[in-house]
Amino acid sequence: MSEKTEGRGLARAVPSERYWKPRSKAWVAAEGLSLAALLTVNLLMPTVQEVEDLPYRIAVSLGLAFLAGAIVVSIFNEKARSRLYHHAQFVFALALVLIAWDLVTEKSDLLPLPFFPSAAQILQVIVEDYEKLLISTAYSLRLLVVGFAIGTVSGLATGIFLGWYRQWGYWVFPTVKIMSVIPATAWIPVAMIVFPSSFGAEVFLIVLSVWSPVAYMTATGIAGIPKAHIEAALTLGADERFLLFKVAVPGAMPSIFIGIYTATGLSFATLVVSEMIGAKAGLGWYINWAKSWSNYAKVYASIVIMAILFSLVMDLIFKLRDRALVWQKGLIK
Amino acid sequence: MSAEARTTEGAIKVEGVGRTYVDAYGHEVEALRGIDLFVNPGEFVSLIGASGCGKTTLLRLISGLDKPQAGKLFLDGTEIAGPSHERGLVFQQANLFPWETIEDNIAAGLKARRVYKEKKKEVQRYIDMTGLKGFERTYPHQVSGGMAQRASLARALINDPKVLLLDEPLGALDAFTRMDLQDRLLELWGERGTTMILVTHDVDEAVYLSDRIVIMTPRPGKIEEIIPLSSPRPRSRGDPEFLELRTLILEKLHFVSRPKGPEYFL
Ligand SMILES: Nc1ncnc2c1ncn2[C@@H]1O[C@H](COP(=O)(O)OP(=O)(O)OP(=O)(O)O)[C@@H](O)[C@H]1O
Ligand SMILES: [Mg+2]
Repeated sequence: MSEKTEGRGLARAVPSERYWKPRSKAWVAAEGLSLAALLTVNLLMPTVQEVEDLPYRIAVSLGLAFLAGAIVVSIFNEKARSRLYHHAQFVFALALVLIAWDLVTEKSDLLPLPFFPSAAQILQVIVEDYEKLLISTAYSLRLLVVGFAIGTVSGLATGIFLGWYRQWGYWVFPTVKIMSVIPATAWIPVAMIVFPSSFGAEVFLIVLSVWSPVAYMTATGIAGIPKAHIEAALTLGADERFLLFKVAVPGAMPSIFIGIYTATGLSFATLVVSEMIGAKAGLGWYINWAKSWSNYAKVYASIVIMAILFSLVMDLIFKLRDRALVWQKGLIK
Repeated sequence: MSAEARTTEGAIKVEGVGRTYVDAYGHEVEALRGIDLFVNPGEFVSLIGASGCGKTTLLRLISGLDKPQAGKLFLDGTEIAGPSHERGLVFQQANLFPWETIEDNIAAGLKARRVYKEKKKEVQRYIDMTGLKGFERTYPHQVSGGMAQRASLARALINDPKVLLLDEPLGALDAFTRMDLQDRLLELWGERGTTMILVTHDVDEAVYLSDRIVIMTPRPGKIEEIIPLSSPRPRSRGDPEFLELRTLILEKLHFVSRPKGPEYFL
């Protein structure tokens, strides 16, 4: 998936190699067979629930086609070959899990509906209700972007200010500290009163959830800049602006990014909860709305879309961090 | 700026300076006591003495990063109130900015003084001079200790200060690179007439470069003796006069008379 997942603490047997699983054709064959079995089971076994299986079958077939394509490419491309071998075991296991899921749901009714729909049914919902889901996704994304942007910028400004000016830090930093332990969602009742529109209240909650960790980590990062760096800059003729923006802020970047990705996780939680309370659209609202109809397939559909959306946002944050902190490459770890 | 224009500037006066630190256990450490020293404009002075005798402390006081508890320090008659680019300092530890490349580290002073645009070309000159060509785009943690030290030297030199304070700038270098950089330093000094105050543990280096050698002793840190060297530069390291001076200074440092004191432990 992403270029540099190393920093995220995935355990690795051989640190320097990204594709370390056995380079075995047998596993690739098993991968292909398991996907084929998945398709066959779904096609041939009688279905006891009322489900439109077509989207699911198309998706699995696409998976098989993708694998065939990857095999062809891997004949010519060494990197694609390494990747193919590396992921074979995982896809194999994934296919087995999906087969099991299929068997205990729509093929046998073993797990009760509506709470545990089959994968096919979730996909069916996504396809049938795509319009509403698309609008919900757009609403959530808009809320996230606006709230995250305001929260990050104000958090950075607060943190830089409090980290740099000791006197201000002394008086105001405790507030940041307190705010950072209170979940933003605890302010929901207050937000609903203070803001006339539900969108305003939701933005406020996300800003709050992003602001405090960013401000906290920025302030500690700036205050913790080694004195030696400041002194070196001073003997080179630095003024305060240079000290702050060319020494303190770049030096605090590692800490700032810890704040930013803590905030990212918190903002997702805040987004979903705040959309569940007052909103008229959004993925959180969609979950709540589907729940009131006891349409659990729709609940899962919204969760699947969240998973994809939030992973993409997280990946983007990590990419930005890797770019901003190239100078750390190989320094820590 | 030409050497003539400069040699009237860069006089350092240290007047009855004392500095006491309180260490982590609450004990007082008298790093310096009653230091008097006058360094002429454009003079090359070396400070030499045992570890802990206050050499770094003295440089930090002249740089303005630290303040004395007793006495005063002056640059060209004006009391030193704080750090300035007029008094450049090469730290004992290279102390580069880890988030900047070697090239950007060297250019940092130009950027801090907002003269980078006009003097951009200088950067390459100092990279070449300190033998860092090919490492412009690497980060400090990716280069060797000696290279980091050279980059740190270049970062101070490019700023063309009136007074350059050098705290063992060549300490981590091999003998060959060290001699080469000593010559480059002399060249620059001749060209610009910068006042140089160099801390070194290498007696040969002090004798090779200095107009005067200041011998310091510890606990409390004070000036023991100042030895003037009159022979013209460039000096020859194998010269009888050179060797005689070297022996003299080692004697002053009470090391030659000792049975087996390796001199590099000074
Ligand atoms: N910030 C400080 N806090 C406490 N003690 C200090 C501090 N700075 C220096 N000292 C003490 O002052 C004395 C002189 O230190 P200084 O660093 O000036 O010595 P030095 O001559 O540069 O030694 P070296 O050759 O090892 O670099 C030492 O005893 C040291 O422990
Ligand atoms: Mg020292």
